[in-house]
Amino acid sequence: MNVDALLDPLFRLPFVTGLVFALVLPVLGMYLRLREEWLAALAFAQVAAAGSLASSILGLPPQAGALACAGGAAALKGWIARAGNNGYALLMIVGWAAAILMLANVPIAEHLGHALFDGQLYFTGTGHLAVAALFLAVTATLLPWLSQRLLLERMFPDFFRASGLSALRYHLIFDLLIAAGLALATSSIGVMAAFGLVFVPSMIAYRVAPNWKGSVAISAASSLGAYIVAFAAALLLDQPFGPVLAITLAALAACGWLVLAALHRQAPHGLTARS
Amino acid sequence: MDSDDYLLRVDALSAGYVRPVVGPVSFSVRLGDIVGIRGPNGSGKSTLLNAITGGSRIFSGRVIKRPGARVSHQQQSTLPLDSVPLSGRELLGLTGATEESLPAWIKPHVRRRLDRLSGGQLQLLYVWACLKAPVDLILLDEPTNNVDPPGIEHLAEELLRMRASHAVLVISHEHRFLEQVCTRMVDLPQ
Repeated sequence: MNVDALLDPLFRLPFVTGLVFALVLPVLGMYLRLREEWLAALAFAQVAAAGSLASSILGLPPQAGALACAGGAAALKGWIARAGNNGYALLMIVGWAAAILMLANVPIAEHLGHALFDGQLYFTGTGHLAVAALFLAVTATLLPWLSQRLLLERMFPDFFRASGLSALRYHLIFDLLIAAGLALATSSIGVMAAFGLVFVPSMIAYRVAPNWKGSVAISAASSLGAYIVAFAAALLLDQPFGPVLAITLAALAACGWLVLAALHRQAPHGLTARS
Repeated sequence: MDSDDYLLRVDALSAGYVRPVVGPVSFSVRLGDIVGIRGPNGSGKSTLLNAITGGSRIFSGRVIKRPGARVSHQQQSTLPLDSVPLSGRELLGLTGATEESLPAWIKPHVRRRLDRLSGGQLQLLYVWACLKAPVDLILLDEPTNNVDPPGIEHLAEELLRMRASHAVLVISHEHRFLEQVCTRMVDLPQ
């Protein structure tokens, strides 16, 4: 065990960068789940990884390519969404294939490729932290305004249209937000770690929260908890961060199911859906 | 007839999805009106409300809403909400509705998640979210579904109380409820 690594100043900056994404992504994941579009998150993350590699091959900042490709996918989402999950699955396959082909054929992409797919958070620098902080500020500004509108449009799909208004701009802003978040997170913590932070905490929160505000808090809190445990475990055990975070999130989800099952056995009527 | 007097005018409207299923039908609604839409199953009652909100295709005729008129629409088919962790209070808050006129027996349940409510409680909350939203025209599609007689009575009383400041278009199979609240009826043929 490498206990000294936990206190090494070298890892403070990566820790804070990841902490930002561990706070923001699960909150955005709540709204992706609300729209039943969690598969889009994985598709955006894969495309962002391919964009990141292409960008680095061209000598450009990897984050620029990740943002451009994920943003492009979000802009095309209306067209992709017509095919439903099939569209997202195809996008995911294409993104993965492009990334792997670049890794196989361009030696300079190999280092970044391993970071993206292994989730080596420790290579992040001040640039990653700066854009993560900017993304946090933008999300904190926009999401309180967007939240009520996204929820209203989901629960009352006719509400805006009935009064001659369009909800399209709210969806577009959210799509760009989630694409940017996944692009930046993918280039900092890797594909599956970014997807895991979007997918797992929101899944737990949906099951256990008493209301929407509570679910957002539970999603963020469970994500932060899992992130801190995974960061420490990866350093102590000298393992790549991405898989350790994925396993920690999966363990958290399993614990949540066990607790719910136990509670359900104790009070079957209090936890079931309407009678 | 000055169209400015009206919140809604429906002129020789024929609407549907792939092909027309309702119309031609004409009527108008102004402030203080509670208009009941009657007709047998399949006569296109819900399609008519959807045409007013832009949710179904207009094949001929027209729907004219007063510019700036705000509309809420309680749809008959509810969403698959079982997993969305939203409380009754949060649902009301989304449309800007208040809890104050809710039936007393529902109020203790507004803090609960929607998927922990009974079908009747959920239906009343949905109806109230549309009824008490800051709108001018309220479209209600079978608002009494799953609601028990005291709930239906409370809804009728509330609709009559709100009449002065709103217009309502309502579809219901409960003839007694329609006769109690409506100022007039529009009958749709099969």
